[in-house]
Amino acid sequence: MSGFKDRADLALADRILKVAVERTAGTAEAKRAVAVDAFPDFEAARDRAAAIKDHVVAHLGAYLEQFEASATAAGAKVHWASTADEACRIVIDICKAAGAKSVARSKSMLGEEIGLPHALAEAGIGRVETDLAEHIIQLADERPSHIIWPAMHKTREQVSALFKAKHRSPHAEETIAAMAESARRELRTQMLGADVGISGANFLIADTGAVCTVTNEGNAELSLVPPRVHIVTAGIEKIVPSMPHAIHMLRMLARSATGAALTQYTTFYTGPKRAGDRDGPEEMHIVLVDNGRTKMREEGLAEMLRCIRCGACMNHCVVFRQIGGHAYGGTYPGPMGAVLTPVFDGLKESRELANACTLNGKCQEVCPVRIPLPTLLRGWREKSWREGLEPTSMRAGLSLWAWVATRPRLYRLGTGMAVRAMRMLGRKGWIDKLPLVGGWTRYRDMPKPAARTFMAQYKKERRS
Amino acid sequence: MTKSVALFVTCLVDMMRPRIGFAAIRALEAAGCEVVVPEGQTCCGQPALNSGDRDHAMALAKQTIAALEPYEAVVVPSGSCAGTIRCHYPEIFEHDPLWLARAQAVAGKTFEVMAYLDEVLGWKPEGVRVDARATYHDSCSGLRELGIKAQPRRLLKAIDGLSFAPLQGEETCCGFGGTFCVKYPAISNAIVGEKADAIDATGADLLLAGDLGCLMNMAGKLNRKGSKVRAYHAIELIAGMADGPAIGEEA
Repeated sequence: MSGFKDRADLALADRILKVAVERTAGTAEAKRAVAVDAFPDFEAARDRAAAIKDHVVAHLGAYLEQFEASATAAGAKVHWASTADEACRIVIDICKAAGAKSVARSKSMLGEEIGLPHALAEAGIGRVETDLAEHIIQLADERPSHIIWPAMHKTREQVSALFKAKHRSPHAEETIAAMAESARRELRTQMLGADVGISGANFLIADTGAVCTVTNEGNAELSLVPPRVHIVTAGIEKIVPSMPHAIHMLRMLARSATGAALTQYTTFYTGPKRAGDRDGPEEMHIVLVDNGRTKMREEGLAEMLRCIRCGACMNHCVVFRQIGGHAYGGTYPGPMGAVLTPVFDGLKESRELANACTLNGKCQEVCPVRIPLPTLLRGWREKSWREGLEPTSMRAGLSLWAWVATRPRLYRLGTGMAVRAMRMLGRKGWIDKLPLVGGWTRYRDMPKPAARTFMAQYKKERRS
Repeated sequence: MTKSVALFVTCLVDMMRPRIGFAAIRALEAAGCEVVVPEGQTCCGQPALNSGDRDHAMALAKQTIAALEPYEAVVVPSGSCAGTIRCHYPEIFEHDPLWLARAQAVAGKTFEVMAYLDEVLGWKPEGVRVDARATYHDSCSGLRELGIKAQPRRLLKAIDGLSFAPLQGEETCCGFGGTFCVKYPAISNAIVGEKADAIDATGADLLLAGDLGCLMNMAGKLNRKGSKVRAYHAIELIAGMADGPAIGEEA
């Protein structure tokens, strides 16, 4: 796999990607702003959302046990997975026991995180992605580039071409409605014929054992109710104590993600089909996945477990808006991805993500659960520095500079010389090529410094 | 009563644009302050802090705290350096009770210069005239760490002849980000390219902001693309020093 910078360069050169990202993220930004303005005291609601999550994370064991008891009482079977591999194995075993040839999957980032699509393929189980954007990604054989809009990197024009190439009876008219109809024709039969439905969970309700999913297409309901078996894979941090907490989080989630008051479909699944129910799966399995979360709680990343996967941080991130999601290289992109990816992929492999951030703080400003993302990213930078993962040139340069800067008299001498040297390189007020900071002057000019530093001028003035 | 305030010049102003430091002194003196420039200061340590180099950040923070703590108040012509002292120094020393107390004491009396003039002193420039149309960029650290938004605008509105052209995305990062702009120059360039286009689109004569790093980034990009917009730190106008060279103009 190529490095972050190579992927970012590729993304920057892709002007269609820029159009696609800007259309979706730009719209989301504008709609969120309207929704937040219209919300009575959104700031207090953010406090409450953060407090709910902090409370749950602090008492995670107790709430998970309560959830297990409630879900079991409702007839579901709860499984525990400490790693991604273990989670996949559990899912595959359930599919095999059910004799499943095909599964209908409702979009889940946890599924992506644990590599479930790949595991299903390896086990020879057919997979139909039922979320429209995931369907696009599956047709194109790509990975999601955003946690809410997996296909946000594609323009509708590109999607149209893809459908024409891959659908059995594609749309004739170049309208969104006709394209959606083409996807519907393609997906409906496959969805209804699936043996197992697999979903993630937006929330797990501890006191009722319910699993909540939200979609805007109704694909979760259509892919989870008809099959004989429903499997849920969910991160253990998805838990909330009870329904009112879930409702509060839902209000925050929808507004922060798309600016909508509520998603089109919000469903709570409590256990499998009961005696007398007209429909529903015969078996419901809930796989609770740790995959590094307990470790996050212990190692200074507890605040990250508040995350409700709304995507607001990336929609408002100046870096994400330029390079899109794939350049990040992990399951989760943007600011939240830059915090999470080192947990899953290792810091050595992903240290660039925490560095490729201007620390402007916009992500924290829009986060519905007030995750201090810049602080957490700075934490990864510190760990990377401590572990010697930062480039030698950077370490040497910064150490030399700090050595001088902690000796004010030497520092004055050094800055005086630096100013004179820089002035020799400048013409008419600007420097267009400057050694050591070629990255700056490659794209922009550097103003020529004044003849003498402030400290030199001030001293002279005071003396006269 | 005269207030005695220490000016923390910032390393960037010291090296690249001393006029900003002198403008800060001029405005503070006009507002009735006695300004001292403590000898022992260099850089607040932000580059080390944001690079993950906690040890050097701590060493520079200690040096800065020692230099600034004797004074009644500390004033800084930069939102990000003031933010480092106010918000991050106490974090750096969270496990060192002795230094934590000293860090908190300095943090509590450190102000960004325009916030100090406007909020603490309730001062406004008088008799300053600049016949131009200006647009304002809100630098991120000042905006989000210190809540600097209305203060510079209130001060600038007191300048005769100055009119304002709102900047689309005025709260959007310019792509400077300290070492970010040299570590990831291509991404930084894409961000500042959009910012420069937005600035040009305002039709303003002047670009104003409160942080030299961001100003150098934006002015450098504007110059490279041939724009005629001239950039100043807002305090230069407020102090009546708009007759001098803009960023990148020869004196």
